[in-house]
Amino acid sequence: MNLTRRNLLKATGAIGAAGLFGFPFLALGGTNKKVVVVGGGTGGATAAKHLRMIDPSIEVTLIEANQDYYTCYLSNEVLSGDRKLESLHFGYTGLAKHGVKVVHDLATAIDAEKKVVKTAGGKEFAFDRCVVSPGIDFKWGAIKGYDEKTADTIPHAWKAGPQTLLLRKQIEAMSDGGVVVITSPPPPYRCPPGPYERAAQIAHYLKHHKPKSKVIILDAKSTGAGPKQPLFEDGWKKLYGDMVEWRPGPDNEVKELKAGEKISVTSFGDEVRADVLNVIPPQKAGKIAFDVGLVNDKGWCPVNPKTFESSLKGGIHVIGDACVAGAMPKSAYSANSQAKVCAAAIVDLLAGREPGIPSYLNTCYSILDTDYGISIAGVYRLSPDGKEIIAVTGAGGVTPKDATPDQLKREVSYAYSWYNNITHDIFS
Amino acid sequence: MYNKINAALVVAVVLGVSTPALAEQALATGSMLANNCTGCHGIDGASHGPSIPSIGGLSKEYLVGIMKAYQEGKAYSTIMGRIAKGYTEDEIKVMADYYAGKPFVSANQKFDAKLSKNGESLHEKYCGKCHEEKGSSSDEAGILTGQWMPYLQWTIADFKGSKREAEKKMLTKLEQLLADKGDAGLDALLNYYARQKK
Repeated sequence: MNLTRRNLLKATGAIGAAGLFGFPFLALGGTNKKVVVVGGGTGGATAAKHLRMIDPSIEVTLIEANQDYYTCYLSNEVLSGDRKLESLHFGYTGLAKHGVKVVHDLATAIDAEKKVVKTAGGKEFAFDRCVVSPGIDFKWGAIKGYDEKTADTIPHAWKAGPQTLLLRKQIEAMSDGGVVVITSPPPPYRCPPGPYERAAQIAHYLKHHKPKSKVIILDAKSTGAGPKQPLFEDGWKKLYGDMVEWRPGPDNEVKELKAGEKISVTSFGDEVRADVLNVIPPQKAGKIAFDVGLVNDKGWCPVNPKTFESSLKGGIHVIGDACVAGAMPKSAYSANSQAKVCAAAIVDLLAGREPGIPSYLNTCYSILDTDYGISIAGVYRLSPDGKEIIAVTGAGGVTPKDATPDQLKREVSYAYSWYNNITHDIFS
Repeated sequence: MYNKINAALVVAVVLGVSTPALAEQALATGSMLANNCTGCHGIDGASHGPSIPSIGGLSKEYLVGIMKAYQEGKAYSTIMGRIAKGYTEDEIKVMADYYAGKPFVSANQKFDAKLSKNGESLHEKYCGKCHEEKGSSSDEAGILTGQWMPYLQWTIADFKGSKREAEKKMLTKLEQLLADKGDAGLDALLNYYARQKK
């Protein structure tokens, strides 16, 4: 049922009858509606909490394997030593306070027909609607010689936690004059500006402790961080001189590793040796999305952008990094924004209403040095045909190229304030 | 306007054509639009700071005015100008209505008690005529009491640097305060606002 028909029905006063015919899931019994959220990262935790905030009569169960969550955002500051990993830690007691039933178990299967989520612990959770927020997985093997086991010694550090600490330790152990190589993956991937902020944060540490060292980014993309790229190049130069070297794609895409020698082989055939090697692998939607059949041939989850309901499996919604969200980047802010649009849509759908008009936002800060931050923002809407999320033209964009030191300093402070507020919105 | 849209929809449906362009003109709800602000300004506009202001409980007039000033570049910003430009006048009104209906939550922040003592008389002398009720009322003026201090410091800096449009009487008062008491006077004021809870 589309908006057009709804308005017609509204105009003719026939909405009541339409509710019954148009929404077969509008149960007439008095039992509470059930939503199961799979994945307790930024998207999933936001959705679970906001579902309860909008409609406390809905039973919301969040299934998340881990007790502890570390945000990826701001974790590059752990690499420079400016921040402790513990400062990025969140648990799930805040969600429980909102009446979310938090189950620490691994969801292994979702039966879209029977509407049941199954877990590794042998439990089953029935749902009226399911939200899947699985985040990303790595395409192990896409870079020859780099697999899950290799990541124990050559970290990706693209999911915050032990991997972040491992990379930090290696950078600390490196001697002055060493070379840190970061490989940046082809799009789409989590946190588009992340690899470039990371280069700056590592240089921030090296400048003060190992000033003869270098950071090289071997990039699959010719465009680097996209709109922020000129700002990164400018910032690297101003802050760190020649310490950061960006080698753009497509020639510098890393296709193969000689892991033992920490040598990256580029698509052009160059061999680049590193003292510390950080491989950010090519990415795809998290595992459960594949197991349930929510992915397209590119490995991401197509959705109805108005409700985030899967285009492939009815009754299951996919949000966050795993979903295909048109113009929105894969960022924490995007996941948080999508989760709220999704939660509102689910509440409407469960009540037999046509979901309202969505509105989406992204804001993403990158911190290059103590008093040097840059940002990108985008305001998004549903396209007129309702099929895409599109950026509002004339809005959004990046920090101006001629930003003053005061402005760059403020951006850092806003980044920290953003972090306080968004994590509170998600977990408290 | 809405009647026109509905009428057009009816016609369009009868004719069997889809009307996405018309559908787009309909407005998202206040809570849906406000969802976008929450990531930075906190739930119901109660910011956890330190430098992003709380916006819940600010008056509709103030919120509409400041969003417009951001759009037009009349209020200096790092990011708000870029974001404000993404919303229509109607959407801004809906958002402003939403936040005006929420309580203002005072920031839990540190302040210098000694400095704050001198702030009260300075407030009455230089600011109190417009920022009524000890700086806690919001009509066309913003709420000062309980607002995050780093935000107020930057806002004052923008007024001083002619980067944020202000009424002449306010700039005059600010100049008077600075002439009479210097930056120490400003410090006293800001610590007074930080001490007060709305």
